[in-house]
Amino acid sequence: MFLTAIDRYSWRKSLEAICIPVGAVLVALIIFGVFCAVVGANPFGVYGSIYKAAFGGWSAWQRTFIQASPLMLSALCTVLPARLGLVIIGNEGALVMGGLGAIAVGLSLGESLPPLLVQIGMAMGGMLFGGIWIAIAGALRHYRAVNETISSLLLNYIAIAFLNHLVGGPMRDPSSLNKPSTFPIAEINRLGDIPGTRIHYGLLYGLIACIVAYILIQRTTFGFAARTAGGNVRAAQIAGLPVGKLTIIICFLAGSCAGLAGMVEVAAVHGVANESLNVGYGYGGILVAFVARHNPLASALVATLLGGILASGGILQRSHDLPDATVLVFQGLVFLMVLYSDSLYGRFAFFQERETLPSNLSPIE
Amino acid sequence: MTEKLKLSRRQIVRGILATTAFGLTSKFGTGCSSQSGTGQTSEDEPLVVGFIYVGPKDDFGYNQSHAEGAAAVAELTGFKVIEQANVPETQAVQETMREMIEIDGAKVLFPTSFGYFDPHILEIAEEFPDVQFFHAGGLYEEGMPANVGSYFGYIDEAQYLAGIVAAHNTKTGKLGFVAAKPIPQVLRNINGYTLGAKSINPEITTQVVFTGDWAAPVKEAEAVNSMVNQGADVITCHVDSPKVVIETASKRGVFCTGYHTDQSALAPEAYLTGAEWDWKSIYTQYANWVKEGKSLMNGDIPHIVRGGLAENFWELSPYGPAVSEAAKADAEAIKEKFADASMVIYSGELKDNEGQVILSDGEAYEQQAIELETTDWLVDGVQGSV
Amino acid sequence: MAQALGWWGVPLGIIAGTFRGSVPFLFVSLGECLTEKSGKINLGLEGTLLTGAMSSYAISYLTGSPWLGVIGAGLAGMALGAIHGWLSQQPRVNDVAVGIAMIIFGSGVAFFLGKPFIKPSAPQLPTIDLGNWSNLTQVQAALKISPLFILGMAIAFLMQWFFKSTRWGLYVRAVGDNPDAARAMGISVFKVRMVSIIVGSFLAGIGGAALSLYYPGVWTERISSGQGLIAVALVIFARWNPIQCLYASLLFGGARSLGPALQSVGIDWGYYLFNAVPYVLTLAIMIITCSPKRRLTGAPGALGTDK
Repeated sequence: MFLTAIDRYSWRKSLEAICIPVGAVLVALIIFGVFCAVVGANPFGVYGSIYKAAFGGWSAWQRTFIQASPLMLSALCTVLPARLGLVIIGNEGALVMGGLGAIAVGLSLGESLPPLLVQIGMAMGGMLFGGIWIAIAGALRHYRAVNETISSLLLNYIAIAFLNHLVGGPMRDPSSLNKPSTFPIAEINRLGDIPGTRIHYGLLYGLIACIVAYILIQRTTFGFAARTAGGNVRAAQIAGLPVGKLTIIICFLAGSCAGLAGMVEVAAVHGVANESLNVGYGYGGILVAFVARHNPLASALVATLLGGILASGGILQRSHDLPDATVLVFQGLVFLMVLYSDSLYGRFAFFQERETLPSNLSPIE
Repeated sequence: MTEKLKLSRRQIVRGILATTAFGLTSKFGTGCSSQSGTGQTSEDEPLVVGFIYVGPKDDFGYNQSHAEGAAAVAELTGFKVIEQANVPETQAVQETMREMIEIDGAKVLFPTSFGYFDPHILEIAEEFPDVQFFHAGGLYEEGMPANVGSYFGYIDEAQYLAGIVAAHNTKTGKLGFVAAKPIPQVLRNINGYTLGAKSINPEITTQVVFTGDWAAPVKEAEAVNSMVNQGADVITCHVDSPKVVIETASKRGVFCTGYHTDQSALAPEAYLTGAEWDWKSIYTQYANWVKEGKSLMNGDIPHIVRGGLAENFWELSPYGPAVSEAAKADAEAIKEKFADASMVIYSGELKDNEGQVILSDGEAYEQQAIELETTDWLVDGVQGSV
Repeated sequence: MAQALGWWGVPLGIIAGTFRGSVPFLFVSLGECLTEKSGKINLGLEGTLLTGAMSSYAISYLTGSPWLGVIGAGLAGMALGAIHGWLSQQPRVNDVAVGIAMIIFGSGVAFFLGKPFIKPSAPQLPTIDLGNWSNLTQVQAALKISPLFILGMAIAFLMQWFFKSTRWGLYVRAVGDNPDAARAMGISVFKVRMVSIIVGSFLAGIGGAALSLYYPGVWTERISSGQGLIAVALVIFARWNPIQCLYASLLFGGARSLGPALQSVGIDWGYYLFNAVPYVLTLAIMIITCSPKRRLTGAPGALGTDK
């Protein structure tokens, strides 16, 4: 919303699209400051620490990006179906299934192919598994009218149970002693870091996926068809749009983004699949998607913001003696405020189009 | 009172000596490293030690036992302890370690959860070769970074004693064990417990229920209930937080033995004894080593530190009121043998519960045996499978 | 004298687990049922459940009265419900998104304030012992019913009657089915939903009290492990019918004791898969009963729309 606004609306609208979410974050910061003061921590010290840990310098930025990169991909799992009017919350399950798909390909290819091909294969495996997982929810929605929010929620739990079962039994590497895991992929097939940083390539994947998703939705006929169907299913059907096909394809693409996030976790971070795939990136991604108002580009920004919040969680504990739950309170406040701020668009007279511009202001466009 | 006073005076003296020693080495340290600007490291600047926990610090279990150890280090002069709880076993822990090193200046880190070891600690350790990483339970191997060390205790010794006490208190001859996952550390505790019980009465069996989760309160309570229904009348566990197991057992009117920390306050009547970690003494020992200028890198601190009662890795909870004098005598007799390291738990002939011979007559696994760290079998007498 | 039950332990374990484990499900699902009937969804009940569990345990510990704890849990739930009810009705604000933010906020508050109460033991709710006729301790233990269970059952029937036969029940259904028509009838959609969500959260808070003051009867940060979220699915499983919520809660509660009960008689294959049984079952039932040709019986028309 932030970026598209510029070429479509006047500067007042653009300013509104920036001021409202930023204002919401500021209000959340103030409330959180009061909360800190009540429990006996110096709010200004806390602000300083959050800034220092999340955005104060290159190392801190890298920390933020590391936290943000799985969220970008996982958010797209909710963003894309939202254009069809579907609320998918199966991100966690698709991520887990993607991780399983990636490890399955990675282990069966071994070192038989050049690393690049194996990596591509793993990415395909992850995207395929994750994609199918959400496509199930989409297909159930279209053919059986099963509520996609609930079915994708249920699919999360099923995927996690499946992961635990495979990792604890059939796929377990006996030498993974006290943390049951699958066999590791070959060291040479691991995804590395972006040169000069400690951020793995997952961030790049995330950014590219966000841009591709944006172009797909905003600039292609396919995206137009999806948005039309999302606006009014019946009208779309009358216009001859293949709504069922659209639903399944969009859901597949959405799931494959989360699946790719799972592949990145396996190929770049752990080298194996184990229960660390299931640490809440999925639920974080849902929030990112909604806060970004289902705009893929804004998702990248919001993921970075959430990454920053998560990155600052540690310093609150270490430097301010606040319990580990503090970062949850902070996160909850920020998101509640930003979600609320959505309702404020159009409420401030200052941001409204003037019928006749005041004489002392010249139009920019 | 005087005893306490003497101890603290001794500690202070030791502290002063150690600080001086540390001051020297740290000066050497800064002299060698390329970083400058931190030259003011002096005797009065404390050594920063970081502790990282996978869950909340006050869980009445695994994380709390480590946090109590951290508190003991914080008491020592010349140390500053920083802690972070609820750090998942993902890149998040790598970032936490990095922050502790870069922002807080930590020189020693204790990331306590098993899943932190590979790949997270190994990666960060390579990057910060002058920081020492000590990890609970990891298996150090040749070729791993020189600044990584691993420690763990043979707490199956304590479970063996708990098994002895349990055997004296069971009437049905059935013990119940609520276990999180079938991994070597857990299986070893189940085996130790069962062998201890069988040393008193070879007919005793132990029923195991795996919950599949390190913390699943409802499932743990269900597990206790279902085993009590099957006649088990002494319950113990290996889960992150034994609180639910202890309280549920006590409500069902059966006995229980604890794990990780002392849970006797939760069930004063039903609590027989428990296997408690004693990280205090381990962490104090590490702290003192580092203060004396010893390090993993120059080989003064061994990469693998393991130990049982003889090395103060565990202690036994005080016996509860239901423990008979005979049970105490039996347990104490074996405890003395653990204390002078003359006790061998695993000796032939030993079969697993599928009839396979693990150790034939005359063979034995000493506690240090590496085979025990990869235990994937349950001893004869355990009902359940891996 | 306790004796082994053998295979009889499995059905007994499941029955006992059903009575014990279903109470939180029952309250959360009734709360969610009321909420969804008014046309809004509240995923945040997971956070409400945790806040309820924490506050009831804390109050019971501090005052020594578990019943005060139950009331406190309900009030804490209402506070969170008020936030959700107000926020999710603002224009362009999606209720699913607010719900997830409320999970984070609610659990954050519960964990933050709950730190000092993890260690102490709080007085527990009394139980009604229906099993004293038997001399088997297993049966006696299995039939220790919580008064909350009885209360929950009563509320289920009461809610059924409320929807069917009262004017206020009609308002809730009207608002949930067709808010525009309800508005035309002169009903305040905002107020009806606000009240429904707040009362629903009150019930969910009591569900939390059942966790910490009855079974398993402790306060830890992992006490809920997703039960609040599952209750949302459970309501659909029960087709928005309070009586069926009761049955579904019993089923879900019982399903969770299946794994441990089977392991204790020696069947220990695939316990992770047993854990997934309730979810697979719900999905299967949804697939069978849903149809693109007609709306689910009982489904509120405005659910999942922005109306």
